[in-house]
Amino acid sequence: MLWNTLTLAFREIRRNVMRSFLTILGIVIGVAAVIVMVTLGGGATAQVTDQIASLGSNLLMVRPGQRMGPGSSSTAPPFSMADVEAISRDITSLAAVAPSLSQSVTAVYGNENWTTTANGSNDQFFQVRNWSLDSGRVFTESELRSGKAVCVIGATVRKELFGAQDPIGSTIRLGKVACQVVGLLESKGQSTMGNDQDDIVVLPLRTVQRRFAGTQDVRLIQVSVRDGISTEKAKEEIETLLRKRRHIAPSEDDNFQVMDMKEIASMLTGTTRILTSLLGAVAAVSLLVGGIGIMNIMLVSVTERTREIGIRLAIGALEHEVLLQFLVEAVVLSSLGGVVGILLALVSSLGLASLLQIPFVFNTSIVLVAFLFSAAVGVVFGFFPARKAAQLDPIEALRHE
Amino acid sequence: MTMNAPSSRPPLIELRGVTKIYGRGQASMQALRGIDLRIEQGDFVAVMGPSGSGKSTCMNILGCLDSPTAGEYLFEGVEVGALSRDKRALLRRNYLGFVFQGFNLLNRTSALENVELPLIYRGTPASERHEQAYKALEAVGLEAWASHTPGELSGGQQQRVAIARAIVTHPRVLLADEPTGNLDSARSVEIMELLQHFNQELGITVMMVTHEPDMAVYAKRCVHFRDGLVEKDLANGGVV
Ligand SMILES: Nc1ncnc2c1ncn2[C@@H]1O[C@H](COP(=O)(O)OP(=O)(O)O)[C@@H](O)[C@H]1O
Ligand SMILES: [Mg+2]
Repeated sequence: MLWNTLTLAFREIRRNVMRSFLTILGIVIGVAAVIVMVTLGGGATAQVTDQIASLGSNLLMVRPGQRMGPGSSSTAPPFSMADVEAISRDITSLAAVAPSLSQSVTAVYGNENWTTTANGSNDQFFQVRNWSLDSGRVFTESELRSGKAVCVIGATVRKELFGAQDPIGSTIRLGKVACQVVGLLESKGQSTMGNDQDDIVVLPLRTVQRRFAGTQDVRLIQVSVRDGISTEKAKEEIETLLRKRRHIAPSEDDNFQVMDMKEIASMLTGTTRILTSLLGAVAAVSLLVGGIGIMNIMLVSVTERTREIGIRLAIGALEHEVLLQFLVEAVVLSSLGGVVGILLALVSSLGLASLLQIPFVFNTSIVLVAFLFSAAVGVVFGFFPARKAAQLDPIEALRHE
Repeated sequence: MTMNAPSSRPPLIELRGVTKIYGRGQASMQALRGIDLRIEQGDFVAVMGPSGSGKSTCMNILGCLDSPTAGEYLFEGVEVGALSRDKRALLRRNYLGFVFQGFNLLNRTSALENVELPLIYRGTPASERHEQAYKALEAVGLEAWASHTPGELSGGQQQRVAIARAIVTHPRVLLADEPTGNLDSARSVEIMELLQHFNQELGITVMMVTHEPDMAVYAKRCVHFRDGLVEKDLANGGVV
């Protein structure tokens, strides 16, 4: 019986190919939109997660100010070297502690110049950021202590200033400061926010404080937690220590923030999520419109086939058998829309993923959900027309036309 | 041929004081005014009467397509007039066959598939279904046309497909409302011969509405309707 109903449904759909196609278009678009956005969103998230993993999962970032966000230049006092020393001395769960103070500078070598970021830090910066050298060396103890004008440059800065030349030992000018290149960082590529991580010059912290910024401040402390110790625990220890050092009363909120990679990741994927829910709404609307389209065409079909329904009823079809026939037809129609939508989505998200240079992450469950949802649309919007067909009076129906 | 039904066995069909009123109040219209009718198993009844006398209304009630407003309809002694929609559908499916004036075949499906339709609702397995439907088409002489759609058949052929569809389930009763109304007299005779054949060979009880006395002579009995009542109920002496 069900098999007969199915073949019957397919036959009806084939009879009106153009009409069937137009009917399912809404479902096709809805399903395709859902799958494309989830696939691309998933790819973008995977990319973010990947890049964060490349920073090291045991990285913590300590910043002054409360919430990280667009306006994080807050009135909260910066850290000092004493804070950094206290952290590395008192908190034993940390493997490395790197203070940072950054400033935008113009780097000049020969006729080439390039605007980049001068990041003052120490040797542990390379450890914390999981970043090794391509060539050259890191800073010596005395260079760090005396704030000598030496630097380690990123791959982009090297490319812009030196081209293919070996930069080690050359002297570049950063703003007004002549600075000797002692090391070259290996390339890391684009960061999660889309900026170039290799566009950087690393100098001893003291050099940046004295020669560029003219302060003793530390704006960012990056630490890496020892293997086997939870980041949660290290985070708590840092918070307790800093609250004490910054004289924060128990009733007051922190005026600094310790973020682990999970938080940073969720902050970065937040944008993706907003976009995802927006597109989700679009998809929901088009599924609704698609459902109404199916209901409309099924009502037309019931009217067109009144006589057929009368014949079936006269021959002894039960109400639920006629209902099932039309319901199955609606569900087959909408599921067909689902299948076409899925195929369309896979093709277009493959294309878009390579265009946007994000990985193509195939999500089986969303494909399944989208398909079931399209079938459900058929059930919901096919029910009313199907019931109308089933409740026809056989005598009247036979007399139709 | 006389029917000596034992008194313990009820007639196949019995109507007792059946009335049918269409509409309500001022606009109401009494189509049947109290019909009493007994039909024995194996009978061939022609129903005659002027247009509007209630023949079709009576046939619809007998065919369980409609329920009487008042009165009783006993099928093999069981009251069926007041059954639910689905119960009446099951009765039609299992005991009744229909032939209509307008043929009422599914236009876009083949003759064979049209004949298979009642078997599908009975849940007959596909292989048996094809065989039985093909046999029924053979019985009406249309096996060569099995794969043709109704549009490719003449009126007489379409009505024969409809008869095949009606008898494929071996119903107790075949109800035909003006089956020859759309056909010329040569085709009409073919149809009447088929009905007579199924009545005699398969023992299917036939009830047929007709306007033409030429067709009524094929029946064993003739019931005349007038103004919603049975006016005359005569046995046909001889046949053909
Ligand atoms: N569905 C209906 N609604 C209202 N009146 C009807 C309906 N069907 C039949 N009638 C009326 O009932 C009477 C009997 O009709 P019908 O049984 O079709 O007569 P016949 O078949 O003998 O020509 C007619 O007057 C007709 O107008
Ligand atoms: Mg009539």
